[in-house]
Amino acid sequence: MSEYSIVGRRLPKVNAWAHLTGAARYADDIDLPRMLHGRLLRSTRPHARIERLDVTRALAHPGVVAIVTGADMPEKMGIMPSTQDETALAVGKVRYVGEPVAAVAALDEDAAYEALALIDVEYEDLEPIFTIEAALEREDVKIHDEARRANVFKEVHLSFGDLDAGFAAADHVRDEWFFFEGTTHAPIESHAAVASYGADGKLTLWSSTQVPHYLHRELEKVLGLPRSRIRVIATPNGGAFGGKSDPFGHEFSAALLSMRTRRPVKITLDREEVFYAHRGRHPVKMRVKTGVKRDGEITAVELNSYLDGGAYASYGIATTYYTGALLTVTYRIPAYKFDGVRVYTNKPPCGPKRGHGTTQPRYAFECQLDKIAADLGLDPIAYRQRILQPPNSRTVNDLRITTMGLGECLGAVRTATGWDRKRGELPRGKGIGVAGSAYISGAGLPIYWNDMPHSGAEIRIDRGGGVTVMCGTSEIGQGSDNVLAAIAAETLGVYPEDVHVVSGDTSLAPVDLGSYSSRVTMMAGNATKSAATALREKLFAVASEKLGVPAERLAAAYRRIYDLGAPERYVGFVEAANLAEARYGTLVGAGSYKPPAGIGGSYKGAGVGPTPAYSYQAAVAEVSVDLETGQLTVERITTAHDCGRALNPVNVEGQVEGSAYMGYGEAVLEEQVFRGGLHKKPSLLDYKLPTSLDTPALQAVLVETVDSEGPYGAKEAGEGPLNPVIPAIANAVYDAIGVRFDETPITAEKILDALGKRDNRAAPKDRIGPDGLGDGRRDPGRALRRLGASTEARERKRAGTT
Amino acid sequence: MLRLPRFRYVAPGSLDEAIRLRAEHPDTSMYVAGGTDLYPKMKRRQLQPELVIGLGRATSAAIANGQGLRLGAGATLTAISEHPTVRERYGALADAAGLVSTPQLRNMGTIGGNVCLDTRCNWYDQSLFWRTAEGYCMKTHGDVVCRVAPSSPRCLAVASADTVPALIALGAVVRLAGPGGEREVSLADCYREDGIRYLTLAPGEVVVEIALPPADGWHSTYLKLRDRGSFDFPIAGVAAAVRWDGRAVAEARVAITALGSRPLAVDAGALVGTRLDDDAIATVADAVHRAARPMDNTSGTISQRKRTARVFAERALRSLRARG
Amino acid sequence: MTKEMLTIRVNGETRTVAVEPHHTLLEVLREELGLTGTKHGCELGECGACTVLVDGVPVLSCLTLPAQLGQAEVTTVEGLATGTELHPLQTAFAEEGAAQCGYCTPGMLLSAKALLDETLVPTHDEMAQAISGNLCRCTGYTAIYEAIGRAAARMRKTSEERRTR
Repeated sequence: MSEYSIVGRRLPKVNAWAHLTGAARYADDIDLPRMLHGRLLRSTRPHARIERLDVTRALAHPGVVAIVTGADMPEKMGIMPSTQDETALAVGKVRYVGEPVAAVAALDEDAAYEALALIDVEYEDLEPIFTIEAALEREDVKIHDEARRANVFKEVHLSFGDLDAGFAAADHVRDEWFFFEGTTHAPIESHAAVASYGADGKLTLWSSTQVPHYLHRELEKVLGLPRSRIRVIATPNGGAFGGKSDPFGHEFSAALLSMRTRRPVKITLDREEVFYAHRGRHPVKMRVKTGVKRDGEITAVELNSYLDGGAYASYGIATTYYTGALLTVTYRIPAYKFDGVRVYTNKPPCGPKRGHGTTQPRYAFECQLDKIAADLGLDPIAYRQRILQPPNSRTVNDLRITTMGLGECLGAVRTATGWDRKRGELPRGKGIGVAGSAYISGAGLPIYWNDMPHSGAEIRIDRGGGVTVMCGTSEIGQGSDNVLAAIAAETLGVYPEDVHVVSGDTSLAPVDLGSYSSRVTMMAGNATKSAATALREKLFAVASEKLGVPAERLAAAYRRIYDLGAPERYVGFVEAANLAEARYGTLVGAGSYKPPAGIGGSYKGAGVGPTPAYSYQAAVAEVSVDLETGQLTVERITTAHDCGRALNPVNVEGQVEGSAYMGYGEAVLEEQVFRGGLHKKPSLLDYKLPTSLDTPALQAVLVETVDSEGPYGAKEAGEGPLNPVIPAIANAVYDAIGVRFDETPITAEKILDALGKRDNRAAPKDRIGPDGLGDGRRDPGRALRRLGASTEARERKRAGTT
Repeated sequence: MLRLPRFRYVAPGSLDEAIRLRAEHPDTSMYVAGGTDLYPKMKRRQLQPELVIGLGRATSAAIANGQGLRLGAGATLTAISEHPTVRERYGALADAAGLVSTPQLRNMGTIGGNVCLDTRCNWYDQSLFWRTAEGYCMKTHGDVVCRVAPSSPRCLAVASADTVPALIALGAVVRLAGPGGEREVSLADCYREDGIRYLTLAPGEVVVEIALPPADGWHSTYLKLRDRGSFDFPIAGVAAAVRWDGRAVAEARVAITALGSRPLAVDAGALVGTRLDDDAIATVADAVHRAARPMDNTSGTISQRKRTARVFAERALRSLRARG
Repeated sequence: MTKEMLTIRVNGETRTVAVEPHHTLLEVLREELGLTGTKHGCELGECGACTVLVDGVPVLSCLTLPAQLGQAEVTTVEGLATGTELHPLQTAFAEEGAAQCGYCTPGMLLSAKALLDETLVPTHDEMAQAISGNLCRCTGYTAIYEAIGRAAARMRKTSEERRTR
C-alpha cells in the first residue's frame, strides 16, 4: 500500500466538474453590466511608418464609445525587463502584418468591427526583412533602431571544456545543418480580456493569461496606474502552451478603454488574430558538430543556432540561451561550444512554446546521434544508454543534475514497443525510431531580478474543516489547481474535495511567477507543501496533547490525525482545526519557495538552464510511409517520462500524451509560414492541428525517480515529453525509407522528393535538410564569425570602460 | 468573435417564392441551404448579400428509390453517406459524402449545396483583413490580377466539392429550377473552367434534385487526398465507376476534382472490354495525370497533387477490379 | 438594425428572446440566453468547439441561424445532466482526465453523446470518427476515447440492470 493517501492516486481533477458542466468561466464568458466590446485594428503592412492615423470617422459611428491608439500608451513594455521593445499599440511604426495599431470600444462587437473600417491609416512602406540571412546582413534596414549590428537581437557565445582537444580526440565527427520550422500554440480558446475600472480608481483585469503577476507589473508601467490599484485575475485558460505568457496589446487596450469610459470593456481575439499574437516556436537553423570515439563516447559538441525571432523580443533572450543550455544534461559531453543568434524579422514575434527553445536543438542533436549510432553500427537505444550523464552530477556547463531517469525511460520504451523485435526487421516503408530528451522543472531565475520567492502559497482552514489554498498560479489546463489541492490535501490529511483553490488572482493570492517553464508543480507545489506543513504542525500540537502521543508519532490522512502506532486513536480533522484555532488564532499558513543556490554556474549567461531538477523522457515512434504518394502515417508513439513522482498519474499521463500529440503535429503537419510578410494560413482549416483521425495511438509510461527537490518527489511533466517525439519520428522515417529528415515538417512532398518521385525530378536523395545559411553555398560560419568578433570587441570595450 | 455581417434572412415556403425573391434582388441576394459554405464566406466578407434566401423549406431532403435514385437537394451529406441504397449501389457517392469535412458539417451541409460549392483558393478564402493586406484578388475585385498566376486571364480558384466527381462518375443528372422554369442537365455540364463563373447555372437557378441512373452492374469508389483525416477540402480527388458485363468492363467513367477550376470527367474508354488490367488502368491514370492542372493555391504542392492523382486513379480502379 | 423575437427550445425549456437577425445560434446561446458553456474557437466551422445538438444531431452553432431551427430541440452542455444527475460521459471524462483545459470539452461531450445515443458498444474507429470534428489541443484524444468507452460500459450496465429489474 502506498505511504500516501492522495499522492499517486488516480483521482479526478478538483476543477474538472466545472469544465464538464459548462460552468467554468473563461475570460470571454464574462459579461458585466454596461460592458463595452472592443476590437483591435491591425497593421496591413509588414514594415512601415504610420504617416497618419485618424479615428474621426470611426468615432462618428453611432455604436462607438471610445478609441485608443499607440499615442495613448507610448510606454515600452515586454515580458523581459531588459529587452522591452514593444508598445501596447504600435507607435510611429509597424513591424509585422497583424500588429495592433488602434483599439475601438463599442456598444457591441458588430459596431466595433464596422468601426475598424472607418479608421484612416496611411503608411509609408519600409523595406521589410523576412529571412534570417537578410536580417544578419542588412545593415541598411533596421527593424529596431536599437539593434547594434544589422538586425541582430541577441547573440550568445559560450564555451566549456577543451573543444579543440575534444574534436582532436574524436575518431568520428559529424557536422551538419538542421532546420526546425516555426509552429504556433493554437490553443482552442483565443485570448480574451475584460477590464473594469471603477469610480474608486481601481482596475480589475480578467485575462486568459499564464502570467498574471508579470502582467500586473506591465499594466502598472504602461497605464501609469499604481500596482496597488490593479487587480489581475487569470481566468481558466482554454489552452495556452506558452502562447499566453506575454503581456498583449489587447490587455492594455481593454484596460485603458475601461479607464477612459469607466465601463467594463471586453476584447476577445478572433482566431486569425491569435496567429498574429503568436509568440510561438522560433524557426531555427542549426549547425551541430559532434565528435565521438569509436565506441560512440562523445568527445565534443559544437552548436550554432540562428533563431528567427520575428518583430519583437518576447522571451527571446531566454529562448536564445535555451537553444544551447540544455543540450548537455542528457549525455556526457566533456567539451561544448554554443553560439546562438536571434534576429528580428518583419513577422509576428516568436516566443516560448512548450519545450521553449530546447525543442529545436534537441531535434537536431537526437537526429545526429541516430546517425552516429548508424555510422558506428550501434543500437540507438543501447548507445544512448551507454553515454548517459550520470545522476547527481554537474554538466560541462555547470548545471546540477539530481535524479536522472533517462536510462530507465529508454529501457521502458524498448520493452513497451518490442523494439528489439522491430528495429531493422520492418519492411521498406515501415520504420521505428527513438530519441531522448530532458527539460527543466521551472527556471532557476525569475524574469526580473529580485531576491523574493518564486512562488508563495497561503492556506486557510475554516471552522468546518474546509481548506483554502491561495496561490498566484494560472490554471491553463495543465492541472495546476489540482496539483495544489492534492499537495495540500496530502499534507493536511484531508481529501481534495475539501480543498478550495484560489489561483491566479493578484489580490487574493501570493505571487507565483506564473504557469510557464514547467515550474508550477516544483515551485508552487513546494510553496503549498510548506504552507500546509506549517499548519499541520499546529494541528499536530493540539492533537498530540489530546491523544497524549508525541507529535512525531502522528500522521494525517482521511480527515484524521492519528497515532501511527495505533491508528484507531485519532482526532478528527475538524476537531483538530477547531482546537488549533482556539489556541493559535485564525488558522493561516504561508509558504514560499525559491530554487536552491548552487544549481548553476556563475558565468555570464549561466542564468538560463539551471533548475531544481530535470525531467527526462524517451520516445519511440512507429511510422509507415506510402511509397507512392509520400503520405507519412505515424502509427504509434510511446513515451516514457521521468516525472520524479506522479502526484496524479492520470494527469501526468495526460500531459505526456498531449505532448506527444503536439510533437506529432510539429513533425508532420504544422507550420507557421509566410508569403512575404503575410501569414500563409492563419486559420484552423489551413494551419493543420491533428484531428482524432490523424493522431497516432499514444502510450505514456511513467518512470518515477522521486527527486528530493520536488514536492513528494515530483518533477515537471508538461513540456519535456514533447521534445523526444519529433526526432523519434524523423529517425523512424529514416528506418522506413533510408532518408534523413534534417528539417521539419516532414511532408509528403519532401518524402516524394527524397524518393525521387517528384515530377520531373528523378534523382533520389538520402537527406532532406539545409546545407548552411542561405542557399548553402556561402561559408556558413562567416556571419557567425563576424558576430563573434563584434561581440568580443564589445565585451572588451565594456570591460575597459567599467 | 468573428461575426456575420448584417443581413436579412427569409425562408420561403415554396420554390416559386424563393426564385421570385431571388429575381427581385438579383444583385443583393443569395440562396443558402446548409450554410456551411456561405456563412464562413460572409464572416470573412468574401460575400455580403443583403438578403439570404433559405432553401430549407423550399426544397426536398428526400432520398427516393425508383428508376435509379433521386436525391432531394436538401438531403444532408450525412443522410446520403449513410443511406443504405447509396452505400450498397453508389459507393463513390457514399465515400465522397462521408469524406466531406466533419460529422457536424455533414449533418448541416446538403448535396445541393455541395454541388454548388464555391471554388476555393488560398488567396480568396481569407478574412477581409488578410485580403486587404494582400491587396485583394481577381475573384472579388475584377480590376486586380489573379494572385496565383498574375498573367492568368481567368481566376484559378479550385473546384473543391467531394461529391461532384463521384456524381459525375455515376452519371448524375441535375434538375434545376429558375425564373425560366425547370430543366434537367448532366451534372458534368454544370461547371466551367473559371474560378469566378464556375457554374453554368443561369442567374437565379436552384438545384432541386439530383437523379442517378440505375446502378445495375456498376461499382464505384472515390479517393480523396488531403492533409488530415477530417476538416480538409480535397487537394486531389478521383472518382471511378465501372459497369461489369460478365468478366469484362462494359462502361467506365472517371472524374477528378480539386485539380483545376472545374471537376472534370476523364476519358476512361481504355478500360472498356478489359478486365481492368494494369495496362488499361495505366492508360487511364496517364489521362488523369494529364488532365490534372493543379496550381499553387491549395495546401500541398503541385507535383504532389498531380502525382497522387495518378496514383489514386490506379488505386481506385484496382479496387474495382476486386469487385468485378 | 432592430431585433426580432425568437422562440427557441433549449435544454427542454422554451425561451423567447429578442435577437439580431444576423446573429448565430452560438451568439444567441452565449449572449442572449447566458449559456456560455458553448464555446467558440474559430466561428468558421473549423474547430468544433461550438458543437451543440439539434434534435440529437451534432451541428455547429457558429454556422446555424436560430431562425432555421423552428421547433427543433437544442441541447447544450448545460443540458447534458438529467436534473442533478450528471451524464455518464461527464463522470467518465472527469475520471479519465479527458478534459484538460476543458475548452473543447462541451462540444466534445455532445459529439460523444450523439455517438452513444446510437450505440453503446462503440468501436475505436467509431469513436475516432464521432469526434473527428472536434479539435482538442490538450489530450491527444487518448483519454477521450477511454472516457467514452468507460461511459458506454457504464451505460450498458445501467440499461441491463433496468432490463433485468
